[in-house]
Amino acid sequence: MNIPFLGKKIKWYMQDLNETELKKGFFRPYQKFCTNESRRSNMIVENLNVTIQHNHILKDVSTEIPDRKITCIIGPSGCGKSTLLKSLNRLLDNNEDVKISGKVLVDGEELYAPGVEITHIRRKMGLLSQRPCPLPMSIYDNIAYGCRIHGLRNRKKLNMVVRHYLQAVGLWEEVKDRLHSPAGRMSIGQQQRLCLARGLAVEPQFILADEATSALDPISSKTIEDLFLKLKEEYAIVLVTHTLRQALRIADYVIFMYMGEIVEAGPAEQIFKNPQKELTQKYLSGVFS
Amino acid sequence: MKAVMWITTLLVFLFVGSILYTIVRNGWNAMSWDMISSLPGGGFYIGKEGGLLNAIVGSLYIVGASTVLGLVVSIPVVFYLNVYLKKNSKRGAFARLAYDVLFGIPSIVYGAFAFTIMIYLGLKTSLGGGIIVITLLIIPIFIRSMDEIARELPQDILNASYSLGATRYETIKVVVRQIAPGIATATLLSVGRAIGDAAAVLFTAGYTDNIPVSLGQPAATLPLAVFFQLSSPIPAVQERAYAAALILTFIVLILSILGRIITNRFSRNKI
Repeated sequence: MNIPFLGKKIKWYMQDLNETELKKGFFRPYQKFCTNESRRSNMIVENLNVTIQHNHILKDVSTEIPDRKITCIIGPSGCGKSTLLKSLNRLLDNNEDVKISGKVLVDGEELYAPGVEITHIRRKMGLLSQRPCPLPMSIYDNIAYGCRIHGLRNRKKLNMVVRHYLQAVGLWEEVKDRLHSPAGRMSIGQQQRLCLARGLAVEPQFILADEATSALDPISSKTIEDLFLKLKEEYAIVLVTHTLRQALRIADYVIFMYMGEIVEAGPAEQIFKNPQKELTQKYLSGVFS
Repeated sequence: MKAVMWITTLLVFLFVGSILYTIVRNGWNAMSWDMISSLPGGGFYIGKEGGLLNAIVGSLYIVGASTVLGLVVSIPVVFYLNVYLKKNSKRGAFARLAYDVLFGIPSIVYGAFAFTIMIYLGLKTSLGGGIIVITLLIIPIFIRSMDEIARELPQDILNASYSLGATRYETIKVVVRQIAPGIATATLLSVGRAIGDAAAVLFTAGYTDNIPVSLGQPAATLPLAVFFQLSSPIPAVQERAYAAALILTFIVLILSILGRIITNRFSRNKI
């Protein structure tokens, strides 16, 4: 019997975890299948159209997200950057009056095909929202939440996973004495790093960040940016940003959007130094923003 | 303007004080260990010895069982309204209207309604009937007060859970954690209403001098103990009505304090 709302879960990963395996890898020690050579995550967007309450937000967007690079989506406010990011994760489904056509292919799987099981695709994408949004639980449970959902119940292994990912985002030293205190009591910068660790703990391939540093103080943003630079060795990172400087600092690949369309996309060097379109030039030189 | 605020606040304190003063002054003489630890003896209602244990236990039975039943019914409803339904769905609006109407129906109407059905089914007044009617009475309170908090549930929290690959069903854990203070407050309100309601149990639970041992037997309740004894012409029995009121107030007070403590504990994780 298929109970629809219980959902199906793929539980192949994180099953057999031991200390030696843990020491082998740095960021994703548990994903046996995905060695650096064989894994190639890819995401292709084809003719994506999104209409929200009769506003045509995204118009025929087609692009490709390169693996192990930081892709920055830039553009003026209201150009559909965040909508594009959310439609990559199918988070728009929960909103009203949303019509979506087109394709998003993640590792060959069509996201918007009827009957597709979304949860295991969402697991492949860690989301970092604008304001940090810890779950209403302790610091420990925040990280363990995702792992528990995906079938990791063993207390010892959970302890290892929690410690590992807190170390990965540099939080371990700061919070190791208060793992069981509420996550809401941490500073904003710490919360954002916790959210990142929480996303990493379910072993995604992509990291989707929606202006992840705009609510943070300069030092915390710097920490997050540094983490992104480190993480790009293993993950494909898509970053929506308002600040051109940030894109300049960390982007490998840039998508410039205007009024719901992709105006120009390409390697960061090319876009910043030698933009092809007039609109891009104007935006980069600050004629409008 | 400040004077008005000050006076009205003072008035509220005066109300509380005078109510407490009245029931303590009138009921203190009748209060004894016997009153809370023994069943009514023969002739209790003409002033002879005995106690109110039957009513205390009956009230606690009804409140305990209906609170549990009420939570079991209303948590899924709140979850459905706030996680499964979209924000402006017609079904949600209709459901909320229905609970508002239920919220406003006086308890005597619940009692009369249940009474009609029980006659139709050929049932006698019983503990089970009382529990069911009190459950019906407090479900709207539960749902409304939890819904108020759950509606402010940030979409970000839900999205955070979904993006980790959680289904909506698994997200219930997050929702429950976030609205836990709301659940505690709702329980507190409902318990207060349930234990103090006389009209709904008048026709459904009945009254008895014994402690019920099965759901089919009638059960006594404290509000009815107040009601029946206060209408007696004998001054000693009237004093016992105030003693019953004192016990009732005391139980509500203890439950409120417990509720506060539990609420504080639950809300420590709230974002």
